[in-house]
This record gives sequence, structure tokens and C-alpha cells, in this order.
Amino acid sequence: MRRIAPALLLLCLPLGGCQHWQSVLNARGPAASTLAHMFWIFVSVLATVWVLTMIALLLALRRRRPEDADPLATNPTTERRMTITISVAIGLTLLTVISLTGLSYAAQKVLFAHKDGALTLLVTGQQWWWKITYEDSQPNRVFTTANEIHIPVGEPVLIKLESSDVIHSFWVPSLTGKMDAITGRQNQIQIQADRPGIYRGQCAEYCGLQHAHMGLIVVAESREDFERWREQQISSAIPPGDEERQRGMEIFMSKPCIMCHQIRGTDAGGKIAPDLTHVGSRRYIAAGTLETTRGNIAAWIVDPHGVKPGVNMPTIQLEPDEVQPLASYLEGLK
Amino acid sequence: MRQLLILSLSVLALAACEREDREYRANPVTSETEEKIALSPLSAGPSGPTEQRSGLGQQYEENAYHIAQGKRLYIWFNCNGCHAHGGGDSGPPLLDDRWIYGGQIENIVQTIREGRPNGMPSFRGKVPDDQIWQIAAYVRSMGRNVPKPAAPGRNDDMHPGPAEQRRPPGEVMDGGQIPPAAQMPQ
Repeated sequence: MRRIAPALLLLCLPLGGCQHWQSVLNARGPAASTLAHMFWIFVSVLATVWVLTMIALLLALRRRRPEDADPLATNPTTERRMTITISVAIGLTLLTVISLTGLSYAAQKVLFAHKDGALTLLVTGQQWWWKITYEDSQPNRVFTTANEIHIPVGEPVLIKLESSDVIHSFWVPSLTGKMDAITGRQNQIQIQADRPGIYRGQCAEYCGLQHAHMGLIVVAESREDFERWREQQISSAIPPGDEERQRGMEIFMSKPCIMCHQIRGTDAGGKIAPDLTHVGSRRYIAAGTLETTRGNIAAWIVDPHGVKPGVNMPTIQLEPDEVQPLASYLEGLK
Repeated sequence: MRQLLILSLSVLALAACEREDREYRANPVTSETEEKIALSPLSAGPSGPTEQRSGLGQQYEENAYHIAQGKRLYIWFNCNGCHAHGGGDSGPPLLDDRWIYGGQIENIVQTIREGRPNGMPSFRGKVPDDQIWQIAAYVRSMGRNVPKPAAPGRNDDMHPGPAEQRRPPGEVMDGGQIPPAAQMPQ
């Protein structure tokens, strides 16, 4: 007993990991709560069944038949008791299976029920990042960003999922279950955050080399903060303020960067890589891989394949004294 | 004893499982390769034009990963805007055997890098050199001028025509010569 208790306590330690920003057990939205409830119901019912079975098994193992007993002898009382026990066991099994199936079905109804939300997002999975387009009835209020979704707290947000290359899966464990992004079709899922916070999501369908580095974050904030963020994202990029950033911008415009990246308000209009108009305002670069700091941006530009081998961002020809202004310019795109 | 021998011999077969190298980062990283190529086999004087190839072309042409990346970049950089899917539009077709500025991979790299009169823009400094080589390798695969195992095996989306791997092996007729396509009765 003296050894078992600490061992049990140690076993409980990993549970501490469940409170992180990417955890099914740390449910912060209606869909995730439903899933978390289902998880606990299944775990408790199945654990009870397992424990009862193990106890019955142990009892059966411990009880021995007397040495001189006749194996063919029958006793009507025992027979009747056995029949009742087995019937009850079968009945309970059926009841458990049926009620768990019913519960799952009911939970699915809740998960896929669509409420009318004001906000619609088009999320396109690409190797290996997420392209996010905020839709709006006014075309001039539509904008594109990458790997960072902002949503107002307590409001349902509809997410349309598409893919441009292979199958990906959108999964923000704290807010919702998984939904695949499939080429050639559009899937929909609704998310809602009940509490402000930052939740991490992850591609949940193996999609190639950098599948593990295909993260996104969802920032749930108050309606006012969200509106402020949206207005800022809709606006064009701020022109560089100082000389170094000005030089960084010139370098950006003269390098292969513009073949793929867009910075609204400048000549760079590539549409195949993340929109960099407000890259400095995002918390992470390279799909949740590196924090947005000047050093990380520089590291990413100089050697993208050192960070994410196989990524579609190429290594480009840069002089050593061009790295600093370029990173500084991009970091300044708040 | 014999079983052990068979077993150890069959383990040897595992050595064949090594797949082709995928070079994500060009080496040397960013410098432009220096080739000396001729646009056509014609030249003044008795001897043919002198050429100098780095051998990089073969490396790209025989690598399925490079060709597949080239196929992706071909669409991304809007090559199909003028050349369509190889059939040609405002730009010349790339599927056939006729190559105005030479059909070797080095010639195609040169064409993409430097541009050509009457429309083909120069992509030097806009597309990194290793990606130019990848695109050129893909262009070579369109007329199946690359080894069959390296050519793309299937298309990701609707494509007018069979995948590159299923096309018959092609020929290359450089500029200044009459290609078989032009010899056919009109």
C-alpha cells in the first residue's frame, strides 16, 4: 500500500496536461462540451463494466470446486440462479449498448445543429497552413489572413472547409470536433467559444511531411475587440515608417517573395502563400510553428527547410545585410 | 541452418527499399548554375557550338519529386496562362517535338531565366534557381523526355489528356531543324 499510493499519484500527473489550450477535456464551447460529456459518460460506464467484470473474474478464479465433487451433478437451485444471473447480464449489456448508442446519436444532433450566425469563414487547408477568408455581404469587407482565427465570444461562427491539395482535417479540440477538408467539396462546421481565450487547433488528417506543423489558433474575444481587429485586418498594410523598413519593403518587392505572397496596398499580389498584409499582428508564423519575432522571421526566411523540411517556401538568394531590413519590415506589418 | 541462410538473404532485399532522394534545399543554396549552351546545333564554321553542362539537368530530370514540384509550380506561377497545359495558346506549345530555343533541360532553364523575344518574360530573381530547374524538368516531362518512372503518374485534378507517365516517349528537335511534326503532309 505504501508503494501503490505514490504510484497512483504519479499516474495522475499526466492529467495536468489536460488543462492546456489544445485539449478535448478543456472544453470551452457547446460542441466541445457535448463531446467532453460524452467522453466522461463513456469512460465512467465502460470503467464500471470493466471493474465489475474483473471482480467477477477474480471471484471465479478464487473459488475452487471441492476435490471429490461430481462434475456432471446438477442442482436445480444453482441452475436457476445461473439462468437468472446470465439473463440479467445479457439484459444489462443490451441496455448499456442501446443507451450509449442513443446518447451518441443525440450528441451528434447537437454537434451538427446549425444556428444562424452572423459570421462566416472560408477555411482552406493547404500543405501546410490554413488560409482563412472572412466572408461578408459587402465585397470590400472580405479579407484573407492565415493560421489565426478571431471570433467574438458567445456567438456561433460558421466555418466552410475546403482543401486545395490533399485531405486535411480542421480540429480545435477545445471548441469543436474534427471536420475534414476535402478537395472538390465544401464541408461545414460551426464553432462557438463560451469563454474568451486562445485555443490551439491542429490538422487532424495526415497530409504529408509537415502535417505535425500545421497548426492554427483561435482567439475568442469580446465583440468590441473583435470588431477592432476586423477593421484593422481589412485595412491595407501600413507603409514603412523608418528607413530600415523602407529598405526592407524594397527588398521584398524585388525578390521572389512577391511570386507567392500578398501584401495589400503594395505591388505584391501573390495568392498561393499566406497573406502577409498584417503578418506582424499574428501570434505565430509558419502555421503555429514559430512565435512572431524579428529573429524568428529572419530564421524562417533564411532557412525555411531547416524549420519545416519540405515546406513549399523556397530558400531564396539574399545578401546578409538584406535579412535584417526584410525581417524588420515584415515584423512591422501590424 | 539453411533457413537461417534464406532468412538473412531475404533481409538483404530490404536494401532495395531506399526511395529516391528528395532534395528540399538546393545545394549550393541560392547561386545560379552556370551553363554554356547553344540554342541550336547550327553554328558558323566547321565545328559545332561548344557547350558546357553542369550535369544538374540529369539530376532534376530523373527525380520524380522535382518533376512533381515543377508541375505544381507550373500552375502556381501561371505558366498555363500562356502555354496552357502544354498545348500552347499565346505561348508556344510544350508538348510537341519542336523547340525554338532548344529542348534540352538546360535550354529550357535558360529560357525561363532570361526570357525570350515576343512574350516570354524573364524570371531571373523572381523564381529561385532550383525552382526554375524543377519547372524545366516538368516541362521536359510533358513530351515524356524524362524517364518513365520519374514522370508524374496521375493528375490531381481534371486534366486534358493522360498523365505524363502514360504518354509515349518524345523526341526533341532543336531550333533550325525540321521536326517530324512539320514534315507530315498538311
